[in-house]
Amino acid sequence: MASETTTPNNGINNSDVPVIIDGVRTPFLRSNGAFSNFMAYDLGRLAISGLMGKTGLSPKEVDQVIYGIVVPDPSTPNIARECMLGAGLSDSTPAHTVSMACITSNMAATTAADQIRLGKCKTAVIGGVDHMSDPPIRVSRNLRQALIRLQKAKSPAQVFGQIRKLSFKDLMPQVPSITEFSNGLTMGQGCERMAMAMGATRAESDEFAARSHQLAFKAQKEGVYEGDIIPIKVPPKFALVDQDNGPRGDTTVESLSKLRPAFDKKFGIVTAGSASFLTDGASAVLMMGKKHAEKLNYQPLAILKDYVFKAGDPKDEMLLGPALAIPDLLAQNNLTTADIDVWEIHEAFAAQVVCFFKAFQDKNFMKNRLGHDQTFGELPLEKINIYGGSLSLGHPFAATGGRLLTTASKRLQKENAKYAVVAGCAAGGHGSAILLENPNL
Amino acid sequence: MSLPNLKYFNLSVKDNVLIIAFDDPEEKVNTLNLKMTSEFHQIMDIIDNDDNIKATVFTSGKADNFIVGADIKMIKEFKTKEDVVKTSKEGHELFKRIEKHKKPSVAAINGPCLGGGLEVALSCHYRLASDSSKTILGLPEVMLGLLPGGGGTQRLPKLIGIQKALDMMLTGKNIKPAKAKKMGLVDDVVCPESLEKIAVQVAQKLASGTMKIKRWKAKGKDKVLEDNFAGRALVFNQAKSMVLKKTGGLYPAPLKILEAVKAGVNSGAKKGYEAEADLFGDLAMTRESKSLISLFEGQTSLKKNRYGSPENKPDWIGVIGGGLMGSGISLVNIQKGIKTRLKDLSQESLGKSEKYVWGALNKRVKRRAMSSFERDKVFSSLTTQTDWSVFEKCPLVIEAVFEDLSLKQHILEEFEKIAPEDCVFASNTSALPIKQIAAVSKRPENVLGMHYFSPVEKMPLLEIIVTDKTSDRAASLAVEMGMKQGKTVIVVNDGPGFYTTRILAPLTDEAAIIALEGTDLHHINNIMKDFGFPVGPITLCDEVGLDVAMHIAKDLKKALGERICSAPSELIDDLVKNNMNGRKSGKGFFLYNETKSSNPLTKIFKGSGKEINPAALKIVRENRIELKGPQCSDEELQKRIAYRMINESALCLQEKIIKNPVDGDIGAVFGLGFPPTFGGPFRYLDLIGAQSFLNDMKKFEDRYGERFKVAKIIEDYAKENKKFHD
Repeated sequence: MASETTTPNNGINNSDVPVIIDGVRTPFLRSNGAFSNFMAYDLGRLAISGLMGKTGLSPKEVDQVIYGIVVPDPSTPNIARECMLGAGLSDSTPAHTVSMACITSNMAATTAADQIRLGKCKTAVIGGVDHMSDPPIRVSRNLRQALIRLQKAKSPAQVFGQIRKLSFKDLMPQVPSITEFSNGLTMGQGCERMAMAMGATRAESDEFAARSHQLAFKAQKEGVYEGDIIPIKVPPKFALVDQDNGPRGDTTVESLSKLRPAFDKKFGIVTAGSASFLTDGASAVLMMGKKHAEKLNYQPLAILKDYVFKAGDPKDEMLLGPALAIPDLLAQNNLTTADIDVWEIHEAFAAQVVCFFKAFQDKNFMKNRLGHDQTFGELPLEKINIYGGSLSLGHPFAATGGRLLTTASKRLQKENAKYAVVAGCAAGGHGSAILLENPNL
Repeated sequence: MSLPNLKYFNLSVKDNVLIIAFDDPEEKVNTLNLKMTSEFHQIMDIIDNDDNIKATVFTSGKADNFIVGADIKMIKEFKTKEDVVKTSKEGHELFKRIEKHKKPSVAAINGPCLGGGLEVALSCHYRLASDSSKTILGLPEVMLGLLPGGGGTQRLPKLIGIQKALDMMLTGKNIKPAKAKKMGLVDDVVCPESLEKIAVQVAQKLASGTMKIKRWKAKGKDKVLEDNFAGRALVFNQAKSMVLKKTGGLYPAPLKILEAVKAGVNSGAKKGYEAEADLFGDLAMTRESKSLISLFEGQTSLKKNRYGSPENKPDWIGVIGGGLMGSGISLVNIQKGIKTRLKDLSQESLGKSEKYVWGALNKRVKRRAMSSFERDKVFSSLTTQTDWSVFEKCPLVIEAVFEDLSLKQHILEEFEKIAPEDCVFASNTSALPIKQIAAVSKRPENVLGMHYFSPVEKMPLLEIIVTDKTSDRAASLAVEMGMKQGKTVIVVNDGPGFYTTRILAPLTDEAAIIALEGTDLHHINNIMKDFGFPVGPITLCDEVGLDVAMHIAKDLKKALGERICSAPSELIDDLVKNNMNGRKSGKGFFLYNETKSSNPLTKIFKGSGKEINPAALKIVRENRIELKGPQCSDEELQKRIAYRMINESALCLQEKIIKNPVDGDIGAVFGLGFPPTFGGPFRYLDLIGAQSFLNDMKKFEDRYGERFKVAKIIEDYAKENKKFHD
């Protein structure tokens, strides 16, 4: 075919297998805590410089930085660039910012993996940051327009004319809402709709939320995350922050059952206790080509073997992403759920995860929605998010994927397992599933 | 029209503008030299006579410097004041030809434009500077004990006003392009790429009269002060009292600069230029200037790594111990772009180190010397950790833990467990013998000492200590990194107290003895400050810490005998026993007040320490010793104290602790504050003559004993009437 002969073959000879070398993150803190005075840029650069410091990699080795943010600060539109420069990486390394809601750094990782496969890149730093203590608060559209016109006003009369057009309401600042642009639903409302449709109960939801907190609390006590968390000393006092402050050991089904629904006050099942909370944090992951890693004497934790991104109806399937993406990922790699020993699934809402479990075992859903003839079997809860998840550790949107990839990669090594699946749902009805393989097995 | 082929200048013509590029074929940087004068006049003749030339541009043929000043060699060769005055006047004539020419001239400045270089630019009608980070303007002559003798004292006050001109000339500070434009020192700033093009355009416009130059004029407070005799008198008086306060009257140059400026603004140009030439002649012949020039040359000679450049430039340097020294070393590293791994026992203590380093950088942000983004970037080169991970990638590791031999040995052993074979281990210590630290090493060829002075980021000297086992490769790497940190590096051989600590000990010892003889503590401080030390010896003891001094004194006494520390040890023992350890404990010989400190690593005791600690005085009195011989004059006291240091320096040369007198002078001046106006112990000996020194020492030896026994090397030099420096 013509396209085959004309497609340039640039760099394809350098094709390599993408691997994860190491990953780090800042502690994840509930918003408006110790990180409030930082910018998102600060957390991002600290995660990246922490990764560089931990791995001892020379900055000149990094070919590409792909970094994400979901709620961007207007002063750093390409935050990837500012973070990596601030972290002391080389001026000559290009950096771009990606955004795909809660699966932003999943997208960063798979983009880097493709570049490595294509031989366009040998070493990449990926990750993401969100800083919900300082969301960009805007002035109203009318006021914005008036301000722009005022710059051109020449006479006091013109100035007055512009000001007169404004009403008191126009002076109110606007806090960004976390709603779908296409349908105006908040995440919580979307989750309630889905829970209703799939028949998830309040008890199931609370049970999963309590599990997340207890596992995270235990992991924290056992120091599971110690190597991954970069201890941050916050200027100007340089007080040490070296732990997540999300996990609550005293969270039980009983204590959760007392909370009132947060989104659908009458019939809802999602409460503040079973939803992920606003979080400040950043993650960074070092990826390389496998051959290149050997050359530089780095031991890979995991091969990024394959991935699937899917999307559905942004209204009714808003948070069903993993159920959309995982079946295709398994099918195209001839795997079943039994082959996967490590699962790291993003927990936006406890009810959302419950719905995902239900959909996954729903023959009807599998056949009619996804076109798979069989279900892939029941998911083994004991292999899923065994050190807690976004419900308890927190969810700085763009950073979560980096955390999941790091945790899954390390679990592969620790548990001597062959395969891991990292999956997440995201606004817009998106789903991501990534297959990791242990390079040592 | 044909242009002559000149040696020191490249000439070209562009659109009726003659472009004159300074380009000394023998040097990497341009300096002004007598050799150029005739060619310079030849160029001026061309401008006079060639009608096709409407204007001129003065620039440099070098990529990164304009003119860095007058040639130091030329200044050194002047034998008499008259030589100097004559040269200065010739310079005046030449520069006047540029200044007074009806054809306009533009100075196009890229890179350092200093001293005589700036004086050339000041003679031009218009100054255009590039915004390159290398472009700096200044009149640093004062730092060499001189004054700007090419019309600088006359033209600069006219251009930017008396106060700003005095500030520049009295401090010798460098001005960056943006600041230079703001203060009127240059007329405009452009990017380096368009410098020459725009300079030519400006020259044409000035020639055709289509461009008017806007110049700084005294306004407001400045006008009140500078536009009349009374105001100026106030300015000069204030400047004078400030100079006297800062220099203690030890440096003649600043006062002569004031005189030259005053002559010009009060008595007119003719008198001004005459005064400038005359005073320049005076200064060039002073001991102070000769000493400062020799120090400058010594420092320049030490910018070359005698061991050759190391093959591999390190990616990382490791620092162990995040105290004041370790944090300071980390700070100078990252400021010079050296990535650093700092290891300490806990994240909490590392937090304090980070705060110290970040605080120092943030001070620069507040002064607008760097942006907050640049601070972040620099700070990211520091990685702190509590384990040994990635230390195997550090070809050089500097240990800066507490001064304890077994602790240092322990760290060396731990390090060698993880370090590849060629990693160099440096111990930051002021007195612990490197041989003893290296005794536990599997690879003693990789072990050496790096003695930094506190605070590391401010003190210019680094004393590197090599043992007989240290390899040249290891020394080369340490010297290279020290230079990269911006330090003046001397390499000395291992021995008790190395060089600097060893020569400091007898100085403080003699001061202590004089105190025990009943001399007032303030008086001892004051006479040594008069001699030229920045800090009196008694205060110095308080600053170093009496506990530290006690340990060092005991070790040195054990190794070198009574000679080095003769004062009865009861004095210092009693002080330390009563927790009078100096400034750090709030009281030593003097009293200090505790203040809230922004420095996370030290409790700061402020206060001038002017008040004598009565408890310390009581201890001094209890240990009183009889003065032997007659009452000493102040001069004799100064000599007793200073000569013991000088004699010990000579012993260090004799015993090959230091390799040469240059290292000895640089080490004493930049490490210990030996009076720069004497240029160091060896230059002092040359100045007064070995014989005269020997005579005094003999007299002191007769009176006070053994400790004044003169070094054999000085006896030899006296016999042969030899000098330490050529």
